[in-house]
Amino acid sequence: MSAGRLVRTTAFRLAAVYGALFAVAVVALFGFLYWRTLTLIDAETDAAIASEIAGLAEQYRQRGLVGLVRVVGERAAAQSGSALNGSNVYLLTRADFTPLAGNLKRWPAEARRTPAGIVFDLRGEEESGVGMARARIFVLDGNFRLLVGRDLRQREKLRALVAEALGWGLAATVALGLLAGTLVGRKLLKRVEAINRTGQRIVQGELKQRVALSGAGDEFDRLAENLNAMLDQIERLMTGMREVTDNIAHDLRGPLTRMKARLELVLLGHADPTQFRAAIEGAIAETDRLLATFNALLSIAEAESGAVHQTMQAVELGPLAADVAELYAPALEEKGLTLATDIKPCPPVSGVRQLLFQAIANLLENAMKYTPQGGRVSIAVGAEGAGAALAVADDGPGVPADMRGRVLERYVRLDQARSTPGSGLGLSLVAAVAKLHGATLELGDNNPGLKVTLGFPPAPPKAEAEAASTVAAS
Amino acid sequence: MRILVIEDDDETADYLAKGLRESGFTVDRAADGREGLFLATSETYDAMVVDRMLPGMDGLAIVQSLRAQDNATPVLILSALGQVDDRVRGLQAGGDDYLTKPYAFSELLARLQALLRRRAPDAASTTLKVGDLELDLLARTARRAGKAIDLLPREFRLLEFLMRHAGQVVTRTMLLERVWDYHFDPQTNVIDVHVSRLRQKIDKGFAPAMLHTVRGAGYRLSAEAA
Repeated sequence: MSAGRLVRTTAFRLAAVYGALFAVAVVALFGFLYWRTLTLIDAETDAAIASEIAGLAEQYRQRGLVGLVRVVGERAAAQSGSALNGSNVYLLTRADFTPLAGNLKRWPAEARRTPAGIVFDLRGEEESGVGMARARIFVLDGNFRLLVGRDLRQREKLRALVAEALGWGLAATVALGLLAGTLVGRKLLKRVEAINRTGQRIVQGELKQRVALSGAGDEFDRLAENLNAMLDQIERLMTGMREVTDNIAHDLRGPLTRMKARLELVLLGHADPTQFRAAIEGAIAETDRLLATFNALLSIAEAESGAVHQTMQAVELGPLAADVAELYAPALEEKGLTLATDIKPCPPVSGVRQLLFQAIANLLENAMKYTPQGGRVSIAVGAEGAGAALAVADDGPGVPADMRGRVLERYVRLDQARSTPGSGLGLSLVAAVAKLHGATLELGDNNPGLKVTLGFPPAPPKAEAEAASTVAAS
Repeated sequence: MRILVIEDDDETADYLAKGLRESGFTVDRAADGREGLFLATSETYDAMVVDRMLPGMDGLAIVQSLRAQDNATPVLILSALGQVDDRVRGLQAGGDDYLTKPYAFSELLARLQALLRRRAPDAASTTLKVGDLELDLLARTARRAGKAIDLLPREFRLLEFLMRHAGQVVTRTMLLERVWDYHFDPQTNVIDVHVSRLRQKIDKGFAPAMLHTVRGAGYRLSAEAA
């Protein structure tokens, strides 16, 4: 990955910010220490000077100026080497500043005044001057001048030390910060890149790809899990869509080919108008069947795709089931079947009225188709738990237990039913509608016969309020 | 009767126009939205058939635009979008009826004729009369040739609908939508049984037979023979 991309990562920026904060902290810490130590050193220096002065004052008192000169000379000589390498600084001069004794060559030309005395630069004395010195100045009888001081060599050393330490410390902080930023940034970038790459591959068509989890359970893993769930859903939808187009193609091809064949046959032969008429009517009938299948498939696709953009309303299952029963009652009667309805009050469910009607109608039509004359079909609606349940039962041949899962698939028809007209899509639609409504679908034994039960979850509170107002208005 | 067909697919439009002309209508055609809207506003039509997906201007936008100009020409919207929401949206935009593709021409014709009939409102009347068949909308009773006929509530509504569209073909889908208030495709002949029961009650023992079956399309209530 490029340096540019790395630098722009949040990780790197965070590391840079932290690095800067640490640098500031380091500087502050060192600064504090330096200041405290300096203060200490200055205090020590001043104390040392004061004790020297006390000693010299004693000598002066006892032995006068001559004694002072001798003592200053002794003490100055006692310092190792020149004033510039020793610690103490002495200078005794006449009123005109001509030196009498001491280890300074001349009185300091420039000096800075401090509360404790003066601070002046020793470097003028020799080339390899150590730096500054602190001193106190006395004017004695006869305008003799005495300077007693101490060099600030320690102080200089400390300053150099601290400066060096600070320099190294800062450098280390910055370097560590950059390193950490780079490492962390690279690591995170790699995770993000992994996700990006997976995304790209999916976009290019490898639908089965999923983002790998690192197992750390961190936010990236959570992101990956959510992305994978999303991808699963997309794959489901796409597969569903593909299935639908496949099904439609399959369903169109057969009947269309039949139609074409039949019409061509009629054209080939020497048909009379009656035969032409029959052929055309047959073609129209086939077309109607095609249209019905088409619509059924589209309804199923619509229901299966979750149809997020369908508006779910509050639906009262009782009246809906009663409507379906009323619509099918005469047809059932014609077939010699009795219809029993058992509608009990139940809470409203959130759903699409038309699809629910179609689902119940499909169930009734199945019952009608497969129950022999003299049989009994029933619709029951009632409350179940917090939601509602709807059951359509018949006392026909039923569905064997091992087929109950398969009959919900498209085009699956029981062997014994193959001769009866039908597309094999009826139960598929019911299954799709159940899924859309979050309802459970169960095929059970009615002893004898088939009992299909749909269990609906309760509608969310808002839907209930809508239902109440709709009922009140009607 | 003049019909405007706004449909961008040439073959469909040809087929529609031909079918409509053979049914006795004068047909004008537009192949895109703008042309359609222009014709709709500059000429008078008795009804319009508008495809929803059009180049240039969406079918719903055309209808909305017409309604905004206080143009109340009945519009039948054709669309490949068949979900409940799409129908609702189509009708809310100002359409009078909504037919999803694929559709049968007989269906379209029946619905178009129903739309045209609707333009002559006689909603004020409390009785409907076709031939010697009478319906009292307030008392919810039916009589034929003076004799009372006992009808169940649903049968009454079915007969009312047929009488309001007397002389026109009424398809099964239309019946499901208007009389039962549901839009779905029955696999079986569930509507036919209701109609045949009604026929038993109003035609048996009376002459002439008024409830006719129109093959491949639906039903028609008429005092004349088919």
